[in-house]
Amino acid sequence: MKLIEIKNLIKTYETGDTSFNALNDVSLSVDTGEFVAIMGASGSGKSTCMNILGCLDKPTSGSYFLDGIDVSKMSMNELSTIRNRKLGFVFQGFNLIPRTSALENVEMPMIYKGVPPEERIKRAKAALKIVGLEYRENHLPNQMSGGQQQRVAIARAIVNDAPIILADEPTGNLDTKTSIEVMEFFVKLNDTGKTIILVTHEPDIAQYCKRIVRFKDGNIISDEINTNRTEVKSA
Amino acid sequence: MIDFESTLKISLRSLKVNKMRSILTSLGIIIGVSAVIIMLSIGEGAKQRINKDIASMGSNLLMVMSGSTTSSGVRMGSGTQPTLTIKDSEAMLKHCPSVLEVAPTVSQVQQLVYSNQNWSTTVNGITPGYMPIRMWEVETGRGISEDDLKNNTKVALLGTTVTENLFGDMDPINKTVRIGGMPFKIIGILKSKGQNGMGQDQDDTVLIPITTAQKKLFGTDFPGMVKHISVQAKDENSLESAQEEITELLRERHNLGKTKEDDFTIRNFTQMLETAKQASNTMAILLGSIASVSLLVGGIGIMNIMLVSVTERTKEIGIRMAIGATAMDIRIQFLFEALLLSLAGGFLGVIVGVLGSKIVGLFSEMTVIISPIPVLISFGFAGIVGILFGYYPAYKASLLNPIEALRYE
Repeated sequence: MKLIEIKNLIKTYETGDTSFNALNDVSLSVDTGEFVAIMGASGSGKSTCMNILGCLDKPTSGSYFLDGIDVSKMSMNELSTIRNRKLGFVFQGFNLIPRTSALENVEMPMIYKGVPPEERIKRAKAALKIVGLEYRENHLPNQMSGGQQQRVAIARAIVNDAPIILADEPTGNLDTKTSIEVMEFFVKLNDTGKTIILVTHEPDIAQYCKRIVRFKDGNIISDEINTNRTEVKSA
Repeated sequence: MIDFESTLKISLRSLKVNKMRSILTSLGIIIGVSAVIIMLSIGEGAKQRINKDIASMGSNLLMVMSGSTTSSGVRMGSGTQPTLTIKDSEAMLKHCPSVLEVAPTVSQVQQLVYSNQNWSTTVNGITPGYMPIRMWEVETGRGISEDDLKNNTKVALLGTTVTENLFGDMDPINKTVRIGGMPFKIIGILKSKGQNGMGQDQDDTVLIPITTAQKKLFGTDFPGMVKHISVQAKDENSLESAQEEITELLRERHNLGKTKEDDFTIRNFTQMLETAKQASNTMAILLGSIASVSLLVGGIGIMNIMLVSVTERTKEIGIRMAIGATAMDIRIQFLFEALLLSLAGGFLGVIVGVLGSKIVGLFSEMTVIISPIPVLISFGFAGIVGILFGYYPAYKASLLNPIEALRYE
């Protein structure tokens, strides 16, 4: 069984009398352990696809099976639970909650899952250790560099043991050196079995992935295995 | 679902970020709650004071006063014309079914002398029935008996004010005091009643047998004449019928034709006080309602600030939703913040209200009584205001679309 399976996905936006298909009959499936880059110019439909994959938005028609569950017909509340259990998000703008320590930011998904406080703290500390920020747990987002913030965001994405990580331009706000660090980190995460789907428009970044899917005008125009993958030195 | 502890932690943090804003928002509730408490405390004080007056004056009481004399066109006021007699009072008791007890009274201001002390006060000539009607009790000694009336004995009961002024710390029982130059034996001391509603000292009084007063002390041209008659009706509802029966009886006894005016007046003190009580009740409710309006305005302030907060934190809401917060989680979060604001305001309002009431009680003549029920009600009302006015912003927050919220800068 595929981890992610979307079939004949259409997403239509209505603006007044005109309607516009942001996604035009898209089908895509992703196996456990894959590392997929989604590329395309702005307006190509890659963000819309990402939103639907991330259960933040619902398709106009078509089906979406996530880990064997049909999520395309679910209510927004049910989707909240799916996001909480199955998905980890990493955003371009880090999106940490301001004035809230790194540890508490990482704890957040577990709060909404209903994990008891002691276990929450234990697991959040473990997740921060994985991203190498165990000494920064009491720092606030504005006391950390962009790279550090993004690593806190990654810790938050993995803390609930979600099988899938969705990263939307995770290196967009970072300098080249930090971008490389973050990408190497994603590769390591992927090596531990996490499925990662990453949206980017930078070819250098996409080169870290195993598979590259290209969008144009609401359609997938290419879907191929990355043969020219950037090597990551194992630590 | 989010747990209580985390909700509290998140709420406190967000309220702390905008300390000044939170304090100013709570201020509306603080003022509202404290105003309600102060107003209701003043109202309760007024009510209890009137109740005390009713209790000290006697319940279901009518006062029948003799009419006024007119000399050369100058009317002299109630009680100047000797129209009421002891016989009138006896007839009332006999013929008026609504009348429970009567107490004819004569009174005059007299000078009292004991040893080298003297004191001027109102001396009332009474019958034994006077004491229960007017709520007088004997503190020490005995009261005036039927035998005293029959024998015109020269005995007197003193109020505490008179006792203090004439005897100081001495025990006056069985001592002889001169009233208007005539020796009277003191047989008892009245239990203190304090001031009445008009601020008069009710304890500044002397009671003697009515017959002694009429025949020996006051010296009147009209034997048996009394100044006024206190009448106790059977109950509150028979006050009016008693008034009618007495009017009819006295007009008949005094041979007043249809065209003649009454030569007596009847006053219904209990009814007057009941009216005053109702008025003070209405006043308390009115003031309380005005104070509640400020509570309502405080609630609008909370709603306003919560709406601002929801807009400011749109991105945060988007993040929380993306990582798994349900609409309900978000709603609870914002509702809780509003509730926290209003309850904090309510709590401070209770403190300010109770202190304010005490200050009003200290620095004004008003009696102020802080009872727990208005305190609890206004605190609870603050909570309700918080939920009521916090609900819409919280609901609005929960309806946000996570994608748009995440994009918000």
